[in-house]
Parts: sequence; structure tokens; C-alpha cells
Amino acid sequence: MSLTHTSPTRKLKDKSAYIIAGAAFVIAIIPLISILWTVIVKGAKDFDTYFLFHSMRNVAESDSFGGAYHAILGTLEQVGIAALITIPLSLMVGIYLVEYGRGRLSQAVTFFVDVMMGLPSIVAGLFILSVWILGAGFQASGFAASLALTILMLPVAVRSTEEMLKLVSPALREASYALGVPKWRTITKVVLPTALPGIVTGMMLGIARIMGETAPVLLLVGVTQSINGNPFSEPQGSLPLFVFNESQNSLQTAVDRGWAAALTLIILIMLLNLIARLIAWWKAPAASR
Amino acid sequence: MAKRIDVSGLSAYYGSVRAIEDISLTVEPRTVTAFIGPSGCGKSTVLRTLNRMHEVIPGTRVEGKVLLDDVDLYGPGIDPVAVRRTVGMVFQRPNPFPTMSIYENVAAGLRLNGVRGKSDLDGVVEHSLRGANLWNEVKDRLNKPGMGLSGGQQQRLCIARAIAVSPEVLLMDEPCSALDPISTLAIEDLIAQLKSEYTIVIVTHNMQQAARVSDRTAFFNIAGTGEPGKLIEIDETPRIFANPSQRATEDYITGRFG
Repeated sequence: MSLTHTSPTRKLKDKSAYIIAGAAFVIAIIPLISILWTVIVKGAKDFDTYFLFHSMRNVAESDSFGGAYHAILGTLEQVGIAALITIPLSLMVGIYLVEYGRGRLSQAVTFFVDVMMGLPSIVAGLFILSVWILGAGFQASGFAASLALTILMLPVAVRSTEEMLKLVSPALREASYALGVPKWRTITKVVLPTALPGIVTGMMLGIARIMGETAPVLLLVGVTQSINGNPFSEPQGSLPLFVFNESQNSLQTAVDRGWAAALTLIILIMLLNLIARLIAWWKAPAASR
Repeated sequence: MAKRIDVSGLSAYYGSVRAIEDISLTVEPRTVTAFIGPSGCGKSTVLRTLNRMHEVIPGTRVEGKVLLDDVDLYGPGIDPVAVRRTVGMVFQRPNPFPTMSIYENVAAGLRLNGVRGKSDLDGVVEHSLRGANLWNEVKDRLNKPGMGLSGGQQQRLCIARAIAVSPEVLLMDEPCSALDPISTLAIEDLIAQLKSEYTIVIVTHNMQQAARVSDRTAFFNIAGTGEPGKLIEIDETPRIFANPSQRATEDYITGRFG
């Protein structure tokens, strides 16, 4: 028996697996890089501080100036409100499912969270349209869009909270109980801090998902070219909607603004991701730093 | 401090499975009592009934009495959370809280129960770490994470954490099974010291360890798979190892069993 001899077929299998895995990675990354590259190149033309801090009020589509401020403000407010509603709600649902839920009710909650996960975003938009605007008689507003975005973010946030809480070792809970710490304090002081980095990442993924949603926003925010800082009344701008509208226009000046707005959206989402990473790193168990 | 434990007619269930049946034994204050027996004989279950940790797992229940001095831990109106403050526990695997520093780990039991006041906590933390023979090793890095310590140090940290809430009784569930011989020795020395203040019950698979650290030893056994664990005998440790009254005990101790 030789300890130095490796069979040729094994070497071949190893090499081919290595090449296939590498190729798969390259294929997966090509669209990503291509999208980023295209958006940066085409968006850079109009992207400047003027673009970021001016609206489209009294700007004609054929003008080369004009900006996305009204849309950026609208998106930040709509997503912010949706996150303010969703984060505490999903934390509590996640804690219920992992720490307290037994039997029928928790099974039902899990089932409906799964159903909501697959809900097309246009359906969430139509639901709010029929209940909030057509049913209850409210006007189109940023808040109506926030409600639809909440429906879309909730299942993502609940599921990730649930998974992260499940990862916390039962030994830690037992250690806390054995010190005579009540269950609710064990959850708030031991379980949640341990799971926090993962939960923050999950919430950020949820926010990133709803930030780019166009369909529900299209139905709910109304039409405006002006700055409206109040999400509760009057139509409000939205970044994905702005991208959509400008890119539909036949004028090159409008299309350029669409690319710049798309670049803005990507940068916003990346910034949020970066902040989430920082929070997760800062709150991570110190030993793993 | 240090109370007597009186168990009588104790049975514990996981769902419909009876894990231990009709256990009766007494643990004297300021002694070390070792529980030995083959895997699955219910010795850990008995231990966990002594501070009502058994019921943390859903679907479990307990019958019988556990008297701590004269109070039945399973009597009406007894708060399991208060019981666990009185009867502390150290687990098989060291389990410091990963988000907390060494200091915060030791202070956790007090802080999570609402004790503030830095000077009070400082005193308790130092006293507990000294009590766990860990102070000299960690006094310069109290703010470093508890997970950064070695396995043996982590286990002593967990002991410090358990004694920081000043319990009357300390339960140890195979506290050395994940440790190397040197760390094991450190823990055994510590048990010998802690005995002067606490009533200690230790579950161990290591019979030499039981012989070294305990005053009394209880031997548990099962008749077969799926059968409930029973107490075979409990006696002075030298007697259990030299001259047990039951054949099953002698078989187990001399290695003729299983």
C-alpha cells in the first residue's frame, strides 16, 4: 500500500469540482457586477448634490436639471414608518413563536407568515387600496404605501427573528433560569442580546426588500412632482416610482434622471446595509470580534 | 446558610414516560453528596427536580416531595423562580453568557434580579471570583468577554456566577466532564472548600471523583431501557466503595456491570 499515491480519478474529480464551483461563482457574480457597472456609468451623469436636494417641481421632462429630493424624502419616510411598525411587531411575534407558542395558535401564525412570505407585492398594494383608500375613504398618501410595505416586510422580519432566536442555545436560557431570573428577563437580557446581530441583519434585509418595491407604491402614493414632507396627507414622491416614470419617458433628459435615481436607490440600500453591519459588529458577542 | 434536603416519594415524568420512580433520600447540610450510576438512570433528572429545573422542559411533571429544611419545594404557592435563587446550579458544559464580560457574568444573577449599586456589585463579584478560585487569574481583565477564558476557567466562572446570588444549596451536573484533568483538580479543590458554606450535590460519571470529593454517595440504576430509574442505595462514600450493601452497587463500582 502506498501512502503517497493518489488515484488519477480522484485527482480528476477534485479538479473538476473545483473548476465547476469556481465557474458557478463567476456566473452568479456577472449579473451583479454588470448591473452595478451599468447603473454607475449611466447614473453618474446626473448624480450630484443638485440632483439629491432639488425636486421636479416646475421642471419639464425636457430640462436637463431637476432632481429626486421629493422622491428620496418620500421613500425614506414611507420605509421608515413601515420599519417603525414592523420591527417591534415582528420582534414580539418572533418571541411569541419561539419562547411561548405551543399548539394551534402558534401553528396558525407560522402558517400565515409563510403565506404572507409568498404574497405578490401588487396584491399587498391592492389590499391596502381596497381597504384603506376605497373602503375607509382616505386619500392617497405616503402612509398608505407604508401600510402595504409593512405587509411585505412583516413575514421576512418575523421569520428571521424566529430563526435567530432558535439559534440561541437552550443552555444559556437554563443558565439564566438557574440563577433565579424570571423568564421575561431571561428573554430581554440574555436571549435577545445574544441573537441581536442576526436579528438586525434580518431586519435590514427586510428594509432593503421593501425599499425597492414599486408596484404597491404605484397604487398608493398618488402623483406629485413636489416636495411633501407629510406622509399622512397629499400625494408623496417615491424613489422606485420616480425611476419607473422617468425611464418610461422618451426624452433622454428624463432617462438620465431615471438612471441617477436608480443609482441613488442602490446607494441608499448599501448605506443601510453598512449601518446594519456596524450595529451587528458592535453588538456581537465580544469574543467573536 | 446551607440547608438540608429531604426527598420523599419523588417521581418525574417526560410526557408519559416515567424517568425516575419513588426516590427518597436525605442530603445533610454542609456535605457533598455524589450521584453515580449508568447513563440514563435518572441521576441528572433527580438533580434537576431539586431546583425545579426539570419543569423548564415542556410536558414534564413531578410527583412527591422535596423538602428544603421544612419547606416543600413543590408545595402550593411556591415560586419556582425563588426556588432557583435558593438552590443554584452548575451545568455539564460551561455556559457563560456570550454577550457579557467576566464581571457582568458574575454579576448577572444579581443584576438580572434588579440589584444596582456598583460598590455592592464590585464586592460580590470579587468575593465570588475568589470563592471560585478564579480571582487571581482574571482580576486584571474583568471587562474582557467571559467566552475568552479556557474551558476550566469558564466552568469556575459559572461556579462564581452561581454562588454570587448566595444560594443555600449548589447542584452540579457533571461539572468536570468537559474538562481536562488539571482543570478537574481545580474544581474538585473548590468543591472541598465550598462544602464549608454550601450543601452540595454533584452528579458524576467518574467514580474516582465521587470517592475523592463526596461524603455520601447515592447509586442509581435502571432495570432496562424504558424503565424508570431508581435509587439503589445511599450511604457514606467509603462504605459504598468498600462494602456496599447491594449487589448491583458492587457490580457497578467494580466494573462488572454493563
